[in-house]
Amino acid sequence: MQDKIRKILKEHGRLAVDAATLTETSDLYQSGMTSHASVNVMLALEGEFDVEFPDNMLKRSVFESIASITSAINQLKN
Amino acid sequence: MSQTFTSKGLYDALVQAGHIIPVGVKGVFGRGPVFEDVLDRFEQLVSRIAAPDKARKMHFPPCIDRQVLEQSLFLESFPHLGGTIFSFTGDDAGHRELNTRIAQGKPWADLQTMTDVCLTPAACYPVYPTYTGTLPNDGALVDLVGWAFRHEPSDEPTRMMAFRVREFIRLGPSDVVVPWRDLWLQRGLELLLSLGLPAKAEVAADPFFGRGGRMLAANQREQKLKFEVVVPVISHEKPTAVCSFNYHQDKFGSTFGIRTKDGKVAETACLGFGLERVVMALFRTHGMSPGAWPKSVREVLWT
Repeated sequence: MQDKIRKILKEHGRLAVDAATLTETSDLYQSGMTSHASVNVMLALEGEFDVEFPDNMLKRSVFESIASITSAINQLKN
Repeated sequence: MSQTFTSKGLYDALVQAGHIIPVGVKGVFGRGPVFEDVLDRFEQLVSRIAAPDKARKMHFPPCIDRQVLEQSLFLESFPHLGGTIFSFTGDDAGHRELNTRIAQGKPWADLQTMTDVCLTPAACYPVYPTYTGTLPNDGALVDLVGWAFRHEPSDEPTRMMAFRVREFIRLGPSDVVVPWRDLWLQRGLELLLSLGLPAKAEVAADPFFGRGGRMLAANQREQKLKFEVVVPVISHEKPTAVCSFNYHQDKFGSTFGIRTKDGKVAETACLGFGLERVVMALFRTHGMSPGAWPKSVREVLWT
């Protein structure tokens, strides 16, 4: 799952760093992801993992790291 | 206050008093002489309060370079609110076709071509590209009044498609921009309270489009990037924003290559008084005849 998340971050995150160098807990916003970019990441994650983030998950903390994204997707898939 | 606040009630009262002049389309109306007088006096009051800051005055027409709208990502946030200007660029045959279709009541949009200009969506947008480069030591401060367009036709008199905003824009390092925003939040609140308006400040979010927009709005609230001063105008439960404070962080600085003296990307913030909304709040709160307004309010505006 993390490889797919990294690929989405590389394509949609507008990061200032190489997505491959991110650790699980690297702060994506600190790494250059803007609010607008995080929306595109969110939509791409929904398409890739066939989930829909409910309104209460459409917030910064859910998309701040690969670990938080992984946790959110696992929660939605279960 | 026991008065019942409704959208239609305010609209009808403003029309009856000659303060606004219907023109047949939602969200657009003319303004009468008393309305404009109150608006001018409020603007003068703002000028008196802002005078010590010695801001640079600017004036822009109500349209901007389309590229500025595109670079600012306005359409990424608000595709439903933008106003792009199209015009006819065809030949004589195309002109005849245009005339025929209009006479027959048929669609004619496909005979128009997108121009290089858009209606200004926020009064501050023309300012940022003028500061590309390095700012002076203490940054920059701009003062302007301008028309803004938002495509949101509505029966609510407070939700206009075209309206004026008295706006101040601060550009510089964050340790200058954020305290400036906080200073004006207090100033704005005190100014409106001095006019007898039951104003209060609150954290706010913009009406971003779609599901992605809900996320942008949540981010904006979480980071406290937008504040509004609100006053009951058409509803007590949902008071109307009459003044808005936006902290853009480095969004415009990075988009338009604005740097501080030490080479860092500049941050920006702006605040705007919605002039028509302030005037409507005054009419709603104190009545349709300024001559009968409380002495304390008249003394502040008619000095």
